[in-house]
Amino acid sequence: MTVRVGAPPARPAVAAGTAARQRPPGVGWLVPAGVLFAVFGLLPIAIVAYLSLTSWNGLGSPHWAGLANWRGLAHDPEIPPGIRTTLLLTVLSWAVQTPLALLLGVWSAGPQRNRAVLSALFFLPLLLSLAAIALSWQALLDPNFGLPASLARLTHTPAANLLGDADRALYVVVAVLAWQWVPFHTLIYQGAARQIPQTLYEAAELDGAGRVRQFVSVTLPQLRHTVVASSVLMVVGSLTYFETILLLTGGGPGDATEVLPLHMYRTGFVGFDMGAASAIALLLVVVGAGLSVAIVRATGFARMDSEREGM
Amino acid sequence: MPSHLTRRSLLGLTGAAAAAMATGACGTAGPASGGSGIQLWVLQSDTENPVLRKRIDAFNRSSSVHVEMTTYVNDPYKQKLQVAMGSPNAPDIFFNWGGGNLAQFVDADQVRPLDSALADHPDVAQAFLPSVLAGAKLAGHQYGLPMSGMQPELLFYNKKVFAAAGAKPPTTYPELLKLVDLFRRKGITPIALAGQQGWTELIYLMYFTDRIGGPQVVADLVAKKPGAWRHPAIKAAAQHCLDLVRRGAFGSNYPSVNADNKGASMLLATGKCAMHVMGSWEYQNQVSSSPDFVHGDQLGWVAFPAVPGGKGDPADVVGVPTNYFSVADGGAHAKQAADFLVRTLASDAYVTGMIGIGEIPPVRGIKPKLAASDAADFATFCYDLVSAAPHFQLAWDQALSPSVGVAVNTNIQKLFVKQLDAAGFVAAMDRAAR
Repeated sequence: MTVRVGAPPARPAVAAGTAARQRPPGVGWLVPAGVLFAVFGLLPIAIVAYLSLTSWNGLGSPHWAGLANWRGLAHDPEIPPGIRTTLLLTVLSWAVQTPLALLLGVWSAGPQRNRAVLSALFFLPLLLSLAAIALSWQALLDPNFGLPASLARLTHTPAANLLGDADRALYVVVAVLAWQWVPFHTLIYQGAARQIPQTLYEAAELDGAGRVRQFVSVTLPQLRHTVVASSVLMVVGSLTYFETILLLTGGGPGDATEVLPLHMYRTGFVGFDMGAASAIALLLVVVGAGLSVAIVRATGFARMDSEREGM
Repeated sequence: MPSHLTRRSLLGLTGAAAAAMATGACGTAGPASGGSGIQLWVLQSDTENPVLRKRIDAFNRSSSVHVEMTTYVNDPYKQKLQVAMGSPNAPDIFFNWGGGNLAQFVDADQVRPLDSALADHPDVAQAFLPSVLAGAKLAGHQYGLPMSGMQPELLFYNKKVFAAAGAKPPTTYPELLKLVDLFRRKGITPIALAGQQGWTELIYLMYFTDRIGGPQVVADLVAKKPGAWRHPAIKAAAQHCLDLVRRGAFGSNYPSVNADNKGASMLLATGKCAMHVMGSWEYQNQVSSSPDFVHGDQLGWVAFPAVPGGKGDPADVVGVPTNYFSVADGGAHAKQAADFLVRTLASDAYVTGMIGIGEIPPVRGIKPKLAASDAADFATFCYDLVSAAPHFQLAWDQALSPSVGVAVNTNIQKLFVKQLDAAGFVAAMDRAAR
C-alpha cells in the first residue's frame, strides 16, 4: 500500500553518516523499473497511438489513415452512450463499493474470533476467477431456469427478468461487480484500520466519544489515504471492467451495458478494425490517467502528509 | 499501488497493440512449415474431428509429408487466424466460413486458388452442389472446398404443444402471426429466442429480407454498393421483426436467454415455448440435451414461412451453406495441402463418415445414404430443401465484412429491444457500412 503510516523517525545513525549516504540514489537504480515501464507501459501506448492513425484489419501491414479514425470516433453512434454507460458504471460502482468495503473492513479489523472467521468467508470471491463469477451469476439470474424462475413458482408471480431488461441490466452488473470486488477493497480497509493506533481510541473514549463518534472522528480521518487509494483503484479499474460484462450480458440488452472497453474489444477483435479500436483505447488511457491524477490532486493524496502529524 | 494499477490497466488496454506487434513485425513471410508437415487448423468438434482424423491418418500413410491437425474453439479461432495469416506461423490448410470471411484473406493475397488442383481431378468439383461451392468462389477462382455439412436455418416446433393447441406449423407470415396470438392466449411463449446474441435475431431479418426483396438486396450489401442498406426491403424486414417483438412473439425474457448454454433449445424441449427458428444444428443439440424429446417424435420442423406479396422465392434458404477448407499461399507444402483437400473432401469415405455423425454434406446424389442414416427424416428434409433452393444465402454476419458484421449484430439487438425502430436500424446500418 502506498498509504504511508507516519514518517519514519529520523535515525541518529543515518544522520551521522557520510555525506555520500545522504545524496539521493543515482539514476542507475531507476533502470530496472524504467525499462519494464518503457517496454510494457510506454511502448504499447506508442504503438496504439500509431495504430490509431492507421487503417488495419490485422492482416498485412497497416495503412496510414491520418485522423480518419479519430473523425470516425466523433461520428460513431456507439460512443456517446458508451461514455454515458461507462461513467454511470464508474460512479455507481464507487458509490456502492466504497461504503460497503469501508464498513466491512473496519468491522473485520476487530480482534474477535467470529469476525476472523466471517471475513475469511467474505474474501472467498477473491479466489474465484472472473469468468466463473460472471457465468455463475448469469446462470443464477436466468429468468427461465434460474433463481427467479424458482421464486416465481413459489410466489405465483412472473419471473423477474433482471439481465434482459434494458433498465435493470446495468444495476445488476453493478451488483455483480460489487460482489466480486468489495472483498478486495475490504481487505485494504482491514489492513489500514488495523494500523490505527489504539491510543487514539483510548483518548477518544476518555473524552466521552461513543462508537459512532469514534468512527467518524478517529477511524474515518485516519483512513483518508486508504479511501483515496481504494477509490483510484475502483475508478480506474471500472474503466477496464470488461470480461464480467462480456460474459454476463454481452453488452446487451441492445447497448444498455456496452461500456467503452467492450466496444473497443468488439471493434478490434470481432470487427478487426484495429485503427478505430486503438483510437478508443487511447481515449480510455487518457481518461483513466486524467481521472486518477484528478482524484489524487483533489484529495491532496500526492502530498503524502501523514495522518499522524504531531503524534 | 497506483503504479501497479496503472500497469495493469495499460496492459489490458494495449493487448491489441501487443498482438499487433507480433504480426506487424513479420507481416511479409508466408507459412514456414517446412519439415514440420502440413499444418491444418480447424474448429474443435467432438463429432467432426474424429472423421477428419481418420482421413488424415489414411493420407499420412501414403504421403511423405504428413498432415498435422490443430483444433480451436470458435471465437479465439477467428482472432488467432487473423493474427497468424501472413506470419511464419500461418497454417497451410485453414477452416473458414467463405464469403467476406474468406474474401479478406484473398484480398490480402494470402490464399492459394485450388483451380489447378481441381483441374487434375475434374470429378471433385462436379461432386459438390454448385450453390454451395459458389460460397468460396471469388473473382472466378475457387479458393475453398466444402468440408462440413449444410446448415440451413429452419423453424423448429414442439409437436406436443402444437397438438394440444390444435395448431398446424406455419407456412406463411400471416399464419405465424395467428399462431403467436393463439399461443399467447394459452400462456405459452410463442417463439424461443436466445436474444443475448445478435445472430439469433439476425435470422429473422435475413429471412424477411430475402422473402420480401429477393437475393439481390443482400448481394448489394456484400458488394458494398452505396445506399444498399436503404433498400425498402430491409426496412420492411426490420419492421416485420419489430412487429413480432411488439406482438409478444418472443415473450419478455428473451434478451437474457443465451444461445451458448442452449437456453432456447431447453425452452422448446420443455414446452415453455412452441417454436424456435434456428440453424439445422439445433437437431443435434436436441438429440444430445433432450434425447427423449427427439426420439419421442415431438420435435417438428418446417421451412421458414413465406411472406405473401414478397419478391423473393419462398424456396430460398438462409444459413451456413457449409464451412470450407482453404490453402494458405506461399507455404512449403501448399501443393500437397491442395492435393490433400482435393483427394479427401469429396471422397466416399469422408462423405459417409460425415453422414454417420448426422451431417448433411453438400454432395450430389447422397439421398439414399441420408435415408439410411439415424436422422433420416431430418437429413432428407434438409437435403431436399437445399437441393431445391434457387438461392442459399450465407448468414450476413459471415457474408459481410467483419466490421459491418459487428454493427449488424449490435443494431439488430437494439431493434429487438426497441431501442431502434425500423428506420433507425436502416440509418444506423447505412452509417456503419460507409
